[in-house]
Amino acid sequence: MSSLPQASSFAGQVDYLFDAMLALSAVVVIGVFAAILWFAVKYRHGSRADRSRSSRRTLGIELAWTLIPLFLFVGIFAWSISLFAYMSRPPIETVPVYVVAKQWMWKVQHPGGQREINTLHLALGQPTRLVMTSQDVIHSFYVPAFRVKQDVLPGRYTQLWFNATRAGTYNLFCAEFCGTDHARMGGLVIVMQPKDYANWLEAHAGTDLAAQGAALFRRLGCSGCHDPQSGVHAPDLYDLYGSTVPLSDGTQVRADERYLHDSIMLPNKEIAAGYAPVMPSYQGRIGEDDVLALIAYLKSRHAAGSP
Amino acid sequence: MSTTPTAVQFDDAVQQREAATLGMWTFISTEILFFGVLFAAYTLCRTRFPEAFAEGSRHTDVLLGTAETAVLLISSCLVAVAVREVQLGGQRIATWLIAATAALGVCFLTMHGFEYVSEYHEGLVPAIRYTQSGPSAGQMEIFFCLYYFITGFHGLHVTIGVIVLLVMARRTHRGDFDQDYHTPLEMSALYWHLVDIVWIFVFPLIYLIGRSG
Amino acid sequence: MSVNVADSPFPTEQGTDEPNPESYLDAGYGLRSWLTTHDHKRIAILYALAITFFFFAGGLAAALMRLELISPNGSLMSAEAYNKTFTFHGVVMVWFFLIPSIPATLGNFLLPLMIGARDVAFPRLNLFSWYLYITGGLFTIACLLFGGVDTGWTFYTPFSTMFSNSNVMLTVVGVFIVGFSSILTGLNFIVTIHAMRAHGMTWFRLPLFVWSMYGVSLVMVLATPVLAMTLALIGLERLLGVGIFDPALGGDPLLFQHFFWFYSHPAVYIMILPAMGVASELITAAVRRRIFGYSFMVYSILGIAVIGFLVWGHHMFVSGQSMYASIVFSILSFIVAVPSAIKVFNWTATLYKGDITFGAPMLYALGFVGLFMLGGLTGLFLAATALDVNLTDTYFVVAHFHYIMVGGSVMAYLGGIHFWWPKITGRLYSEAWARFAAIVMFFGFNLTFFPQYLLGYEGMPRRYHVYPPQFQVLNVLSSAGATILAVSYLLPLAYLLWSLRYGPRAGANPWRAKGLEWQTSSPPPVHNFDQTPTVTEGPYLYDESP
Repeated sequence: MSSLPQASSFAGQVDYLFDAMLALSAVVVIGVFAAILWFAVKYRHGSRADRSRSSRRTLGIELAWTLIPLFLFVGIFAWSISLFAYMSRPPIETVPVYVVAKQWMWKVQHPGGQREINTLHLALGQPTRLVMTSQDVIHSFYVPAFRVKQDVLPGRYTQLWFNATRAGTYNLFCAEFCGTDHARMGGLVIVMQPKDYANWLEAHAGTDLAAQGAALFRRLGCSGCHDPQSGVHAPDLYDLYGSTVPLSDGTQVRADERYLHDSIMLPNKEIAAGYAPVMPSYQGRIGEDDVLALIAYLKSRHAAGSP
Repeated sequence: MSTTPTAVQFDDAVQQREAATLGMWTFISTEILFFGVLFAAYTLCRTRFPEAFAEGSRHTDVLLGTAETAVLLISSCLVAVAVREVQLGGQRIATWLIAATAALGVCFLTMHGFEYVSEYHEGLVPAIRYTQSGPSAGQMEIFFCLYYFITGFHGLHVTIGVIVLLVMARRTHRGDFDQDYHTPLEMSALYWHLVDIVWIFVFPLIYLIGRSG
Repeated sequence: MSVNVADSPFPTEQGTDEPNPESYLDAGYGLRSWLTTHDHKRIAILYALAITFFFFAGGLAAALMRLELISPNGSLMSAEAYNKTFTFHGVVMVWFFLIPSIPATLGNFLLPLMIGARDVAFPRLNLFSWYLYITGGLFTIACLLFGGVDTGWTFYTPFSTMFSNSNVMLTVVGVFIVGFSSILTGLNFIVTIHAMRAHGMTWFRLPLFVWSMYGVSLVMVLATPVLAMTLALIGLERLLGVGIFDPALGGDPLLFQHFFWFYSHPAVYIMILPAMGVASELITAAVRRRIFGYSFMVYSILGIAVIGFLVWGHHMFVSGQSMYASIVFSILSFIVAVPSAIKVFNWTATLYKGDITFGAPMLYALGFVGLFMLGGLTGLFLAATALDVNLTDTYFVVAHFHYIMVGGSVMAYLGGIHFWWPKITGRLYSEAWARFAAIVMFFGFNLTFFPQYLLGYEGMPRRYHVYPPQFQVLNVLSSAGATILAVSYLLPLAYLLWSLRYGPRAGANPWRAKGLEWQTSSPPPVHNFDQTPTVTEGPYLYDESP
């Protein structure tokens, strides 16, 4: 019905639900409007319609139009939730593409080190998972053709996934008011055939993200404390990602992207058990995209054979 | 016999009293919501920053805080007895009791003023004089912001209560109230009890929890 | 402009040409008598003047926005100016027009009359509420004069606390103050309805307008304090730079959204419940039948008021809140639609076997029912999380809430103003002009806002002053509609003011309507009734009398 293409595996299902609700609403609207119109004409002042009062009980009718809508609503709710649950569960085995939003642009980093600004190149037919954060205020990553939207928050990682099913170029909008140039914070999502995508990746290959992180790790002096041979008692970061870390207050936390991010930017928030809170914060010294590179590097520091 | 006539919008004194009571209780429910949001924000922040908030609690003066709690509890008792006195037809004792309640309120404010002064000297006032350092200094700043906001907001209510009670003391002295009509006094006492109850929550939340941890 | 009384669809009681010598309007003519009044009727008029000013101020902002959106490249204003304009539009329309509109004007005027009381429970508090409103309004105007604020009426953090360079504090203080006006009005109404009903006016004999005032007062009293404290926390954070909402310091921006929407969702029910009450009064009077299903209508009002507190998270489906929270808020949002549906069906059924005349109030009421239904149905689309992911933060949402707030609340407000105009002013307005304005408004409204559903569906985000060219046609249609809508709002201003001087005088009950307010003169005397009535029957008993 609309000119929006159905470019993701979600789009068709979302549109189907929308059209069903539209049809249902149309039935209700036409029904009520017709009733109003008919009563307005038939019972207008001066007409000779029968206005004798009947003493029929009305509870049956009232219960009917209370319960029938309720059941219909519950049915629509169930349908919507099953689709929503599917849309909300990203396939975590997919290697993510990182997105950093800042006033007023989108910075995209592919795992192979390819960087883009305000564009996102994707392969057709492969699930894509975006891990996103903001450098400053809340933004929102919105691709109407895919029927997806996810707010992008500072200090947190949010995820979005989709499977692009139609090659082409589609609009990307920022959908959460973020300041002066909110309306200009747009871009393009370019879906290519897998072969063309592979060529694009190769042509734009930069340093692998994990390798960038390794360089940062040395340049920023992290290895000065976190190297086993340094004189400072600091946690060894080998095999850290995905493990369970005991904290100094007795609790435990899983070392996911959020934990690694906060350990670098807010090191005093969660102190690992047995260590003194001496690590300096890198807040304001490095950007969110550098943090993502460091995280990619830390993810790569694991024993061969373990995931 | 009381000389205060029924206000013109009411049919009779009974309706006026009913209206005043319901009005005060409705007002109290809005106050509970005001403080409720602040307590919710405080509790959520406490869960996020448990160690910093515990350290903040340790910086509060528990001796003065306990004394303030005792002062308010006693003052609530006094004003309740005052209302009872008026209900039984008394006037002189009631006047003194109400004045004493107001005096205790002033006592509370003074003690809390001392707390603020010493916290200023210790460098615990964010944006004005905050000299804390250390890993949890930033989060403790949030504790102190909430501490000043909550206790300051409460202190504002205490001040209003003191003024209202002084007016009530004067009116009782003048003979405005009797056994049949003393609604303004009752409502003022109710307000004072609210002020007291809010403090009963503030004191353990801010001064006590995590202190000994 | 000549007014032919015979144009009126009802046989009117033609009053004499002399004004009622004891009406409340004659109890003092100077400015001081108005600014120090305790009379709920005068306070209602003070509010009416103030909110009319703010309505046109907010409307001017909307006109500028629609003008800018005619072209995709936005050449009328800078991005910053546009952001400040839509913020001003939202702040003014929500807090200085919609929330006070029906309760503070029609509610203040009619509530004591409808229950047979001489005034509200606390008249001086009532006047104080008005002064609070004016003070809050002055802060908002000051903010505009100092360069405006650009955060959107929703003040999301950390933009509003850490990044905006505009006058956030002034607006926050202004809204904080006007919130107290709301709370005190609600408190006054709750006590009035509980304690001051006339003899025989039991709860289930109350007109539905009174029930809607009760419901809205409960929400105002319980929700607004949360807004006040949330704004205070923003102010604190902006002034002192602490980290309650700022993630860079360990805080949580979602906490702000939860606090904000916990108030702001019930706020939209503050905006619609009174309109529903007005619609019930207007329809029963025009149809000359009792309302269909009175009990269900009462329980629906209370149900909307209560369940409305439980659905705030549907504004946050894509915010990063947990999937399980979204699921809970979704089902509750569907449930809260049921009582609204009941009301629409009951209004329609009230027409059955009625004796219907189509004066201006009835046209506004029917317009309300139709547009509210369209807006409400689109709310269901948004309650469905899978659809909301796509539609939230687009023009679909903008269309949804304008259908309910403008097509719904504003039309009901205007219908009420027309219906009770003779009672309030003692004059009759021109039926011909009023019907014309109502019809033009209905068409102008649909032309303005229906294209916005399509825009949202096609993917145009909200709060954009520039947009891709494929959205231009729908934007131009919407702006054209806005021009027509603007004219239709100016028309009532003209003919209603005209009627104050030249309209024929109204008798006590020109519509031959039921309700205690019609049993006293038009305009009423200062203390409303010469003798407090005793009530022996329920509302809307048109069928019973000959």
